[in-house]
Amino acid sequence: MSHYSIFSLAKHALSGHRNWSPAWRDPAPKPAYDVIIVGGGGHGLATAYYLAKEHGITNVAVLEKGWLGGGNTGRNTTIVRSNYLLDANAHFYEKSLKLWEELSQDLNYNVMFSQRGVLNLCHSDAQMDAARRRGNAMRLNGIDAELFDREQVRAFVPHLNFDDQRFPIYGGLMQRRGGTARHDAVAWGFARGADSRGVDIIQNCEVTGIRREGDRVVGVETTRGYIGAKKIGLAVAGHTNRLTQMAGLRLPIEAHLLQAFVSEPLKPLINTVITFGAHHFYISQSDKGGLVFGGDLDGYNSFAQRGNLPVVEDVIHAGLAIFPNLSRLRLLRHWGGVMDMTMDGSPIIAKTPVEGLFVNGGWCYGGFKATPGSGWVFAYTLAHDRPHPLNAAFTIERFAQGRVIDEKGAGPVPGAH
Amino acid sequence: MIRISCPYCGLRDHTEFTYGGDATLRRPDSETGSDAAWEDYVYLRDDPKGPHQEYWHHVQGCRAWLVVSRDTVTHAITAVRPAGEEAVR
Repeated sequence: MSHYSIFSLAKHALSGHRNWSPAWRDPAPKPAYDVIIVGGGGHGLATAYYLAKEHGITNVAVLEKGWLGGGNTGRNTTIVRSNYLLDANAHFYEKSLKLWEELSQDLNYNVMFSQRGVLNLCHSDAQMDAARRRGNAMRLNGIDAELFDREQVRAFVPHLNFDDQRFPIYGGLMQRRGGTARHDAVAWGFARGADSRGVDIIQNCEVTGIRREGDRVVGVETTRGYIGAKKIGLAVAGHTNRLTQMAGLRLPIEAHLLQAFVSEPLKPLINTVITFGAHHFYISQSDKGGLVFGGDLDGYNSFAQRGNLPVVEDVIHAGLAIFPNLSRLRLLRHWGGVMDMTMDGSPIIAKTPVEGLFVNGGWCYGGFKATPGSGWVFAYTLAHDRPHPLNAAFTIERFAQGRVIDEKGAGPVPGAH
Repeated sequence: MIRISCPYCGLRDHTEFTYGGDATLRRPDSETGSDAAWEDYVYLRDDPKGPHQEYWHHVQGCRAWLVVSRDTVTHAITAVRPAGEEAVR
């Protein structure tokens, strides 16, 4: 792997950038591997990267049915944060945020992580109390949080709508270390890092079956033939329950559709990530200038990867309530991704009852920010046959045991963050 | 927009309805249901990619609960029937 630097850039500039080598190989699948990761998105590639880097396990294949990062890695709104109330989520997402802070250096690949802050708006005394409680919980867990009053919000984002009668701004909870990153670069950076350590990344290879002998898995059927494996890790969020059912395991997950939107590019307008929980809307501005935003799920089980128009209208209503100055903006693109919605809003990163089969999924709305942390703990779990303390709570059995991690306190509904 | 043919009101936009989820689940008996049966009912889902039996409540119309057969990939609806007794089971 050639090291990327100002010197390599200058050298290649002299030859008109015609001689760069590909960032990863395109190998044919071998008959068998020690570990097969199903899913070549951020989580799968990060898992392969940390398996090789932290645990020295390099006889690994990542199987991707389409192209790298073509699923939810390339379909999210790129927000990174660790502003959680409950301990299990707080410690896990904080580990992920710490990995984000070093990621570009670690990968020698610019993931454009920008700690521009994440501000959750509050519109009532009750929301301010909830934000104060969550902020205090974060600080007790060693995570940065600041409670802004109305004037501090105004100083930070002066063009928010401070005159709205329905949603008056009382203040907000700010996590300054949160922000955004370039989602494609995350997939590509992990792919390059994994490939250079010997991992085979195999695209256009869809898993169609999981072969079992007795209680344990022995390999996968794919569109490119059978491939043997001692261990199989699923990182296919959106289709986790489909894949585990190939091995006879049903999960507390439903697939739902979430849309995201990007406007035409503008001069710098929004300098942070704003979330508007009272209606459900979140927005930031990409480095290219487009406003990137999203809102609610489409509202019914869906694998369609395309959204419905009533939600488009609803999301834009919500956006205009806090930023009326966006009303004449044109929408450049909108798209949909299939979410694994778990019944408590928290992920599953665990060994399954089927020997050799491991699952990483159920990411609900929150998979992107978890990418490095998820890969890091999943690699540990695969390498050691047991969870790391940071993912020990994210079991499949927690639902039957009544140990759900229900951040929203909403009960068993597949619609929470 | 999905259009649902309500047996009482005719063809209506799905925004008139509230989604009620998987209609194949059956509530265990409150006295004799096992823990596993309750886990199955409360949490576990088939989550099919294709035909799905699901509840929709015509909340801004006749307020009837319906069972709709809809494909989760194409959104094509093949059958709609009143939930009737099924909804309370």
